[in-house]
Amino acid sequence: MISLTNIEKRFGDNLVLKGVTVAIAEGSVTALVGPSGGGKSTLLRCINLLEIPTSGTVRIGDESLEFRPSVKVPAADIRRLRLQTGMVFQNFQLFPHRTAIENVVEGLVTVLKWSPERARERALALLQKVGMAHKADAWPATLSGGQQQRVAIARALAPSPKVLLCDEPTSALDPELAQEVVDVLGQLASEGTTMVMATHDLRLASKIAREVVFLDAGVVVEKGPAAVLFGNPERERTKRFIATLKQEAEREGGGEG
Amino acid sequence: MLHWLQLMLESLPSLLWAALIFTVPLTLLSFVLGLTVGLGAALGRLFGPRPLVALVRFYVWIFRGTPLLVQLFLIFYGLPSVGILLDAFTAALIGFTLNIGAYTSEIIRAAIGSVPKGQWEAAYSIGMTWSQAMRRTILPQAGRVAVPPLSNTFISLVKDTSLAAAITVPEMFQAAQRIVATTYEPLILYVEAAILYLAMSSVLSALQTRLEERLNRYGGFLEARS
Repeated sequence: MISLTNIEKRFGDNLVLKGVTVAIAEGSVTALVGPSGGGKSTLLRCINLLEIPTSGTVRIGDESLEFRPSVKVPAADIRRLRLQTGMVFQNFQLFPHRTAIENVVEGLVTVLKWSPERARERALALLQKVGMAHKADAWPATLSGGQQQRVAIARALAPSPKVLLCDEPTSALDPELAQEVVDVLGQLASEGTTMVMATHDLRLASKIAREVVFLDAGVVVEKGPAAVLFGNPERERTKRFIATLKQEAEREGGGEG
Repeated sequence: MLHWLQLMLESLPSLLWAALIFTVPLTLLSFVLGLTVGLGAALGRLFGPRPLVALVRFYVWIFRGTPLLVQLFLIFYGLPSVGILLDAFTAALIGFTLNIGAYTSEIIRAAIGSVPKGQWEAAYSIGMTWSQAMRRTILPQAGRVAVPPLSNTFISLVKDTSLAAAITVPEMFQAAQRIVATTYEPLILYVEAAILYLAMSSVLSALQTRLEERLNRYGGFLEARS
């Protein structure tokens, strides 16, 4: 169970999140959708504290942290919460100086202090799961974007996080390569991995997400089951946004938007 | 011609000996120490509190903005006036170290800054602390960027050690000067010294190429290749 309560995030004078409250059930997949600058990426990054909320409470499982304006939270507390999460980035951000398997092993050995043998075994199993075991010893620069993203998913899953956070995981990819990433994420979802993803890829959101949160201008406009939000949204603002997403998807031949 | 060869061969052992016990140790020691100072200064400048940032900027300003020869003279001939008496080799070592530290701090600062912010975030996202991220993710990538300019500095340093002759360090160039004083053959001896410096620089260039090949084995910083 993850809960974000009254999250506010301010960059200078710019209030990007205006008191957002969202609860995410264990084993569920939640898509954060909304226009660019609406706050979905910032909200996602507030979950693993790559952005520190100006105020509000972040709870993941038994770990919880409360934030207040101009009160500095100790780095150790931030790390403790962050260790409950794994993250997949839009631009993959694999470590370019480490091979695919070394990327996956890194967190286990450096952070969790596993033995190299045990870490390697787990890393191989994860690469197998994302269909990248055959490229275990490849350098990231020699992999396609889709392959890099699948390795990045394995890296994020390595420490068995309580939640997998995906920030626009398919946006940097061509439609075919995006598909292989969607497939992997879909498989993880069906196995009960808790996921939160910021995305404007309608195919990704509609195929995998069970819950959808629509964010615009830093507030939650509407949230609910994916079928309802995509099929029959309540708010006018949501309807307009879903309509543009669908148009974009059609124009790009079912590709990403 | 025969005279040239003869004199060069006769003087070669003295020059090589001076290189072996002064030029090479002075170069290696001051580069390693200078690099350490440079790394510390770069980290201070990038991540330190405001007074430390100001201190580093002041240090770099002074040591990049004044001639190395003047720095060496100040340390060796100037400091005794305030009661700090150093032997010539130590004075040279301190001078070169501080000079190299100033130049390399700027190189290292730029190299660390060249690593994309996303790499920090990726490192943090798997739970690394700041120092783990620095050691395991940022510095290895910054190192690759820094090798060519650091090699430049290193090669300059080999040649600049000849300045230590001016503060009485009996390194290779001073050995050549001493032989000139007895043989009156400046052209031959200084050509010989130049050839030996060229040889040392060439060895370093070759090592640089090897090191760059090794660091480039992972192919590039391409992040998104979709």
